Amino acid sequence: MTKLELMLAGFGGQGILFAGKLVAYAGLIEDKHVSWLPSYGPEMRGGTCNCSVCVSDEQIGSPQMLTPNALIAMNQPSLEKFIGHVQPGGIVLVDSSIIPTKVDRTDLKVFYVPATEIAEKNGLKGMANILLTGKLLKETGFASVENAKAAVSKVVPPKKANLIDSNLKALQLGLDY
Amino acid sequence: MKVLMKGNEALAEAAIRAGCRHFFGYPITPQTEVAAYMAKQMPKVGGTYLQAESEISAINMVYGAASAGKRAMTSSSSPGISLKQEGISYLVGSDLPCLIVNVQRAAPGLGGIQPSQGDYFQATKAPGHGDSHIFVMAPSSIQEMADFVETCFEKAEEYRMPSMLLADGMLGQMMEPIELKEGEPKEVEKPWALTGTKMQRPHNVINSLYIDPPELERILIERYERYAKIEENEQRAELYKMDDAEYAVVSYGASARIAMSAVDKARDEGIKVGLIRCITLWPYPKKFIEASAGQIKHYLAVEMNMGQMVEDLRLVVNGRAPVDFFGRAGGIIPSPAEVLEEIRKISKGGK
Repeated sequence: MTKLELMLAGFGGQGILFAGKLVAYAGLIEDKHVSWLPSYGPEMRGGTCNCSVCVSDEQIGSPQMLTPNALIAMNQPSLEKFIGHVQPGGIVLVDSSIIPTKVDRTDLKVFYVPATEIAEKNGLKGMANILLTGKLLKETGFASVENAKAAVSKVVPPKKANLIDSNLKALQLGLDY
Repeated sequence: MKVLMKGNEALAEAAIRAGCRHFFGYPITPQTEVAAYMAKQMPKVGGTYLQAESEISAINMVYGAASAGKRAMTSSSSPGISLKQEGISYLVGSDLPCLIVNVQRAAPGLGGIQPSQGDYFQATKAPGHGDSHIFVMAPSSIQEMADFVETCFEKAEEYRMPSMLLADGMLGQMMEPIELKEGEPKEVEKPWALTGTKMQRPHNVINSLYIDPPELERILIERYERYAKIEENEQRAELYKMDDAEYAVVSYGASARIAMSAVDKARDEGIKVGLIRCITLWPYPKKFIEASAGQIKHYLAVEMNMGQMVEDLRLVVNGRAPVDFFGRAGGIIPSPAEVLEEIRKISKGGK
C-alpha cells in the first residue's frame, strides 16, 4: 500500500487517538509523509471520538480522511457513521466484541476481530486498540513489523514505560490474528 | 531527527528555541496545548509562564516584557484575540516587537471551536484601532508552525512591530513529523529597550500617547515608511504548478493544503491549474499575484470563511481576469472534492 488513509473511530477512552499516534510514528520511522488529525470538542466526552491518519510516500494535502481506504471501528455509531465513506476495496476492521452487526457492503475487505475480548483474555485490558493496529499492520503493511514495534516504545510515554511490553504483546496478537 | 508533534506544541517548542522566555496566556480551545506546553517547559529553561486572569491582562504583560526588550508572546483563539486587540493597538502605537498566535476558530461571538480562517480581516486590516498593521504569517504545515515562529520574532524585532502567526484549529491539533531547529537564536540590539540607564544614558520612553497632532502625524508617517519597506521586502508565497497554469487557486494556511490536493486531482484530469499559496498575509504577496496576471484566465480564492482574502486578490488582479471565491465556514473544512468541482467550473469558463 503506497498510501494509507486511515480513519479510526470509537468511544473516547478506547485509545483511538493513541492507536492513531502509533500508526503515525511507525510511518515517521519509515521516513514517510505522515499526518494525524484528531476530532476535538465536546464530542470526545463519552461520545464518539475519531482520528484521521495518513501515511504516504508523497506530500499530504488534506489531513482529513473523508474517504478512507482503511477504517478501524470500535463502536456501533462509528461504524455506522463512516462505513459509507470507505473507498471501494478498502479494509475495515470491526471490533466484534463491541459491535454485533455485520457490514452490508460487499466491495470492502471486512475483518471482524473480537479485539476487546482477546485483549481481556490475555490480561491486556484496554489494549484492543493496539491489537486492531496489529491486525491493520498485517493486512496493509503500512510499515514493517520492526518499525511498528519501534514506534510502540516511542508513543508510550516514559512515565508508563512499564506498559511497553504489554503493548507489544497486543500488537503481536493482532499480527497473529 | 524528526519528531511527531501537534501544531500547538511545535510552535511552543519553536518559540522557546527562538529565545522566547516570556509567555503570557489564557486558556481557550483550540490552542490550549500551547499554554500547557509552556507551563511545563518554561520553568525548565528559566523562563516565565504565566496564566493571566484574562486575555487583556496577558497582552498587556506582553507589552511590559517587550518594553524591556525581551522576546515575549501570547497565544489565543479568535474570541480571545478580539479581547487582546486593545493591547495589540498599544503595542503597535509603541513600536514594540512581540509574537501573537491566533489558532483560529469559527465565526463571530463565541462562535464554534472548529477550524476557521474567519479572522483574516482582523489580522490584516485592523489588528487594533488606529492606523495599524502587524506582520502576519500563515503556516500550512506543522513544520511551518515551528519555522515561522522564529521568522515572526525576527521580523517583529527588525521592524519594531508585533507579528502574528495566524493558524487555525486544524493546524493546532494535527500532528506531522517536523525537524526542530538547533542552535542559538539571532538576537538584535534593542537600544530603545527599558533596561535601566545605570545613570549612563538618557532614559528611554515607551509610549503610545501623543497629544500634539503634528508630532503624532510625523510618527505615523515614519511608521508607514517602515510598512512600505516591509511590503517591498517581506512578501512571501509559494507557487505550486504555476509554470504552465491557465487557472490559479489562491489560498493560505490550512485551506491551501486542501486546495493543493484539489489542484493535483484537477491536473490528473488535464486541467492546467496551479496554486498560489500566500505565506505572508500582511504584507499580502501582491508581487506573486501580479506576476501571474496576464497568464491566468480565472482565479479562485479558497478560504475557510465567507470570503475575505478574495478581496485583496481582486484588488491586485484589478479586473484583468475573473476572480471567484469558494469557502466553507462555521468550522467546516472544505473537502478536496468540493474544491476540485469549483476548479472544473472555472476551467469551463463558468462559475
